[in-house]
Amino acid sequence: MIWGVLQFPGSCDERDALHACSLMGEARLIWHESRDLGGVDGVVVPGGFSYGDYLRAGAIARFSPAMEAVAEFAAGGGPVLGICNGFQVLCEAGLLPGALLRNEELRFLCRQVDLVADGSPSPELTTPEGGQLRKRSPFLAGIESGETLSIPVKHGEGRYYAPEEMLDEIEARGQVAFRYAPGQNPNGSVRDIAGVINEAGNVLGLMPHPEHAVDALTGSIDGLRLFEGAAGARV
Amino acid sequence: MAKARVLIRPKEGILDPQGKAVERALPALGFEGIEHVRVGRMVELEAEDPEQLAELCEKLLANPLIEDYEIQTL
Repeated sequence: MIWGVLQFPGSCDERDALHACSLMGEARLIWHESRDLGGVDGVVVPGGFSYGDYLRAGAIARFSPAMEAVAEFAAGGGPVLGICNGFQVLCEAGLLPGALLRNEELRFLCRQVDLVADGSPSPELTTPEGGQLRKRSPFLAGIESGETLSIPVKHGEGRYYAPEEMLDEIEARGQVAFRYAPGQNPNGSVRDIAGVINEAGNVLGLMPHPEHAVDALTGSIDGLRLFEGAAGARV
Repeated sequence: MAKARVLIRPKEGILDPQGKAVERALPALGFEGIEHVRVGRMVELEAEDPEQLAELCEKLLANPLIEDYEIQTL
């Protein structure tokens, strides 16, 4: 599998994303001015502060030539993973539902958290439809509902928000990929949501950083599961 | 060119921790009786065609999911 990792001015996690991807195939950096993704099989929109987070996090990056190409790639079913700032960019671009707001306590957070895969008590999530959606999501392949992953968060604007009706809809469709484990919601995200997928399942965005959890030396290799899932789905 | 000012604020009902932080700082400075502080943004610009501004706000200056905007032509 060939991965493309976007790089904007102000990105800062593209190196770790390249490393994580390279454990599961080949990884290339794609500069934000490139309209051509070079035939990659999967895309990572990494963390950082694209375009200085001016105006709103992700607001300007969404208009970059590379993001236009990513929108087309995603529309064609290509797997796209947005991490932290990348999640903000995908929300701003309308590829994922919702928005990310400043942390409830205003502080920048950096800590290890437990994420529960599809861990909702909401009965809608256990419907066959929800289950099928998860199966269609390459990044979530091989991660069972209710499984816990230990992955770090580091952000100042990670409070997931969507209006109530939208939340009901995305829950009913099984689009909540991860929630913070009970009592561990670090930023005030609504319904403890840490990551969501699009309706087709091929686009995943999450605030925690799976690319920082791929080596036992740094405490957890749980993040690798997402990259494994996508790579496995392509084999 | 028409001068305009765009005011962008967090939607009603959305927690605004910046506003809360400002509000909490006020009593220490001796300002009493101030509440419901909300912090937004102001963008000043000059436009050839002010008719475009609403679309500009919808697409870039504001995120309609979380923010309200108000265009003031000067």
